[in-house]
Amino acid sequence: MITLFYLAGAIAVISTAAVIVQTNIVHALLYLILSLLAVAVVFYVLGAPFAAALEAIVYAGAILVLFLFVIMMLNLGQHTRDQERSWLSARMFVAPGIMSALLLGQFLNVMSQIDQDMTITRVGVMEVSALLFGPYVLAVELASILLLAGLVSAYHLAKK
Amino acid sequence: MTLEVGSGLTIGLILGTVIVVAAMLIWVERRLLSFWQERLGPNRVGPFGLLQVVADMIKIFTKEDWVPPFADRFSFVLAPAIIMTVILLSFAVIPFGPNVGVVESNIGVLFILAMASLGAYSVMLGGLSSDNKYALLGSLRAAAQMVSYEVFMGISLLGVVALSGSFNLRTIVEAQEGMWFFIPQFIGFVIFLIAGVAESHRLPFDIPEAEQEICAGYHTEYSGMKFGMFFVGEYLGLVLVSSLITVLFFGGWMGPSFLPPIVWFALKSGVFIAFFILLRAAIPRPRYDQLMSYGWLFLLPLSLINLLVTGAIILST
Repeated sequence: MITLFYLAGAIAVISTAAVIVQTNIVHALLYLILSLLAVAVVFYVLGAPFAAALEAIVYAGAILVLFLFVIMMLNLGQHTRDQERSWLSARMFVAPGIMSALLLGQFLNVMSQIDQDMTITRVGVMEVSALLFGPYVLAVELASILLLAGLVSAYHLAKK
Repeated sequence: MTLEVGSGLTIGLILGTVIVVAAMLIWVERRLLSFWQERLGPNRVGPFGLLQVVADMIKIFTKEDWVPPFADRFSFVLAPAIIMTVILLSFAVIPFGPNVGVVESNIGVLFILAMASLGAYSVMLGGLSSDNKYALLGSLRAAAQMVSYEVFMGISLLGVVALSGSFNLRTIVEAQEGMWFFIPQFIGFVIFLIAGVAESHRLPFDIPEAEQEICAGYHTEYSGMKFGMFFVGEYLGLVLVSSLITVLFFGGWMGPSFLPPIVWFALKSGVFIAFFILLRAAIPRPRYDQLMSYGWLFLLPLSLINLLVTGAIILST
């Protein structure tokens, strides 16, 4: 199980890096899908099958399909690839690299302080739902109001 | 020799059977269609034309497998592999009999929905990487169609999930001991049937590959076995949707004990496969905008009301 965790984690990290350096936008999107699926496997291994399934259905299966849909409509050709390539100089990576290194240091610092032996408790669909519609029902309602507002505004913009 | 869930023998048998059945369906569909249209169909090769599939396979395997020079090679080769992979993976969670299956999963239904939504990439990448107007139009249509019908497919299943209290397909079958779910969930069943046809983009919902308007849609540029994989993938999808309907609404392997459970499963799925073929012979293809407005304006409210009423009935009893 722990091998699978590290394998999926490594795939997620490598494919996310590939998303950044890839100049062909469709290939970059494919790497992003791979990264999300690897994260879903990580969730599953850590005992959250429901989160894993939602990650695959909602992120990899729906949101990125819409990304691909938009890419299709935009008809991006060779010129965007050239533009991407000209932007991808080593100088561009300095500032993000430093900030990511800081974040990584902080992250490792925090991770080294928590208890090492990790016991995995599997959280099923029922437990998640009981929490969502029990103590966290207000958050669910707020999220649905936000989505409704987004829906209404998208409808308004499309009407124009 | 006994079969058990997850043993190598069971997995091999399921994989082999599913692929052979999907390939044979090419012949079954042509013969059945001809029967309903009062002609003979392919009856030359072997008894009743049964070996037609073998002849087709030899032909398609020996054909030149051509990748257009203007295509994006990576995505072009990847696309047909995706559809085969996701559909074959979906079969992993289907319980074919009391002790026949590949895995026991508590998120079986969600897994199938996830695989169905990943299947959309196959047609989209196929069309996009071909760099062909017709292929692009086809995959645009496919993307919109599959994303929309996935929504109703998911919601129509939730009634069954609520009644059985589980996402595990085996538990769902066992919960139908007294009454098959197509009786309390008839609306859910009809919506799932329609969404299933749209998801596997078969006629009459084959708008992404409508020959008369856009050549062959997203697989216009494909040839040889890459085209064959799209083709067999479509039949695999048909088998998958039929088995899912059997599992979710018609009691899976259950039936009177004079036949073994697996035979009941095959018979029920066979009826739905034949029904889907008949549907193809009977109904003309709708227009693209008709399909979309039918889905969003009719099927979505209906499936939501169905879910609401189911929930209310479960709460009140």
